[in-house]
Amino acid sequence: MVNLLNGPQTLGRGRAFWSAAAAVLAIALVYPLFVDSYDVGSSAYFLCWVFMALGLCLMWGYNGMMSFGQTFFFGVGGYGYGVIEINLGVAHGGAMASLVATLVVTAVAAASLGYFMIYGRIGGMFFGIVTFAVTLALAFFLNQTAGPEWHIGAARLNGFNGMQGMDPLTLPWFGGDIDLEGTAFYYFVLVLLVAVYLLLRLLVNSRFGNVLVAIREDPLRAELLGYDVRRYSLVTFVIGSVLGGLSGALYCSWGQFISPSSVGLPAAAMPVVWVAFSGRSDVTATLIGTLLLIAGFQALTIYSEQWALILMGVLLAGTVLIAPDGLIVSLANVVVRRRARNRTVLRPSLQER
Amino acid sequence: MFADLFSDFYQFADVFAFLILSAAGLAIIFGMMGVINLAHGEFIMCGVYVTSAVYHAGLPLPLAQACGAIVAGLIGMLLEVTIIRPLYSRPLDSLLVTWGISLVATQGTLIALGSTFPGIDTPGHSFSVGEYSFSSYRMVLFAASLCVLGFVYVLFMRTRFGVHARATMQNPGMAQALGVRKGFIYALSFGIGTGLAGLCGALYAPTMNLIPTMGASFLVEAFVTVVVGGANVLLGTGPAAIALGAIRAGLNAWYGQVVGEIGLLIAVVLIIRVLPDGFSGWLTRRTS
Repeated sequence: MVNLLNGPQTLGRGRAFWSAAAAVLAIALVYPLFVDSYDVGSSAYFLCWVFMALGLCLMWGYNGMMSFGQTFFFGVGGYGYGVIEINLGVAHGGAMASLVATLVVTAVAAASLGYFMIYGRIGGMFFGIVTFAVTLALAFFLNQTAGPEWHIGAARLNGFNGMQGMDPLTLPWFGGDIDLEGTAFYYFVLVLLVAVYLLLRLLVNSRFGNVLVAIREDPLRAELLGYDVRRYSLVTFVIGSVLGGLSGALYCSWGQFISPSSVGLPAAAMPVVWVAFSGRSDVTATLIGTLLLIAGFQALTIYSEQWALILMGVLLAGTVLIAPDGLIVSLANVVVRRRARNRTVLRPSLQER
Repeated sequence: MFADLFSDFYQFADVFAFLILSAAGLAIIFGMMGVINLAHGEFIMCGVYVTSAVYHAGLPLPLAQACGAIVAGLIGMLLEVTIIRPLYSRPLDSLLVTWGISLVATQGTLIALGSTFPGIDTPGHSFSVGEYSFSSYRMVLFAASLCVLGFVYVLFMRTRFGVHARATMQNPGMAQALGVRKGFIYALSFGIGTGLAGLCGALYAPTMNLIPTMGASFLVEAFVTVVVGGANVLLGTGPAAIALGAIRAGLNAWYGQVVGEIGLLIAVVLIIRVLPDGFSGWLTRRTS
């Protein structure tokens, strides 16, 4: 178990890293005690997006599938949660059941789309183009569902203006449901994020993860070694896309609102920017970089959304041209190399030999 | 009877022209040079805006349209020399960089010029066949799309530049060793690609609302046409546009725009599933 967490496919291992991680987690846990509930709410909002980035990191960084479809599944998750929750009602754990049902729906959608692309051997850049086209098509479709005839059960889609009226998540508990709003929602998302992060680390360092990296490096060789490349890729695509759907469902529960602008452009660019900037080849780097970028983006958006988007564009182009591995991963590599050099200086006997 | 047939043809020609004009530039940049240019829509937008600005400065429309195409071409050459050049061996990175450029261009236009821009009235009159009436400018667009197809074919198959360009795309090192100026060829090919994108924008300028995000409405159609066309763009783009145009026009007529748009994309996924090398791969296999 511990060996898997510290395995070769992830950066950050050893006592120093895990102490730092525990310290960050401790700060995140006590943080709501010191700030007002509005700030806690916006922190929870930042955390909601990270799942989508982690999913893209798994697909793109570990398996080499460049998917533009994260906001497609974000939309499926958000609208799915809204539609199911409105029809199911919040009582008797209905909201939590809606979340689970939404994830199932997202998984089915990802499996059918993924089947066509992966078993159709749509590889490399075509994969990106097809997911991009599908995402824009969903946004286009949702945008024109304004009329009253566009409804699923009691839920009206409301076209460009977006869907609203769903209840936030509740946690079924002994002696009454707990409303997951404000601070409670923050803790819920934080626990979920830590769990997903640790599970992803276990996954990519397991035998499954090693096969994924083998496929990324050379699909043909992996196939000749006897691995069913398409099945591994499909499973990865479903996991990554479900994480996108989880982001969407959490976002929808947080704001009780979802609109087509979360699906189409420029929203579709955001997960790609986060992951490319952070370093797609590592989950920890993606986690840190994504949180930094979202927080920075929010801070800038208060002044001007256009300038914030321009900065995102410049960051994306700049990172790819200057540090193709991503900024956080490149920095981490510098740190690792410097520490290795220091160690040799401390032990001169190694150099003499 | 004839009027109905002509109406069907008119709708097909409209979609066909849209697909060819928006895909022609991308066919060169993506299909031949291998750069996944997600800023393609922004070059089209650039053509639209320059055309409109020049037209409102008092020049006649055809001249304004030429300006739109030329400005987009020059910006494209500049971009190739400064940013795109290191990315030929990294197609997925070219996709990310051009997407960054596209974000900057869209939002920059929004800041600099605001969310709307004065448009141009559609020139030409309508003509009627039977009881239907049609816009003659749409027929001009259809003719223009055929001219663009012919121009690209002649340029790359029948001129010295075309031979040099195809040689460079196939094997840059060998072409350079034989005395072809590689950098010049790349810059010029990229410029021609973005210039054709600008031309597309210039031609559609009188028919659209001018908003900074309009590029995205061309982008998907352009990409799917080139993808369905396959690796040999000179052979594949035409048949791809005919097939997709027929599908789209049929669905539009029977079920409306939304089904047309989504049906087109489903058709593309199915076609790639059946013909992974696109139409040109299929044609090459059939003829060889």
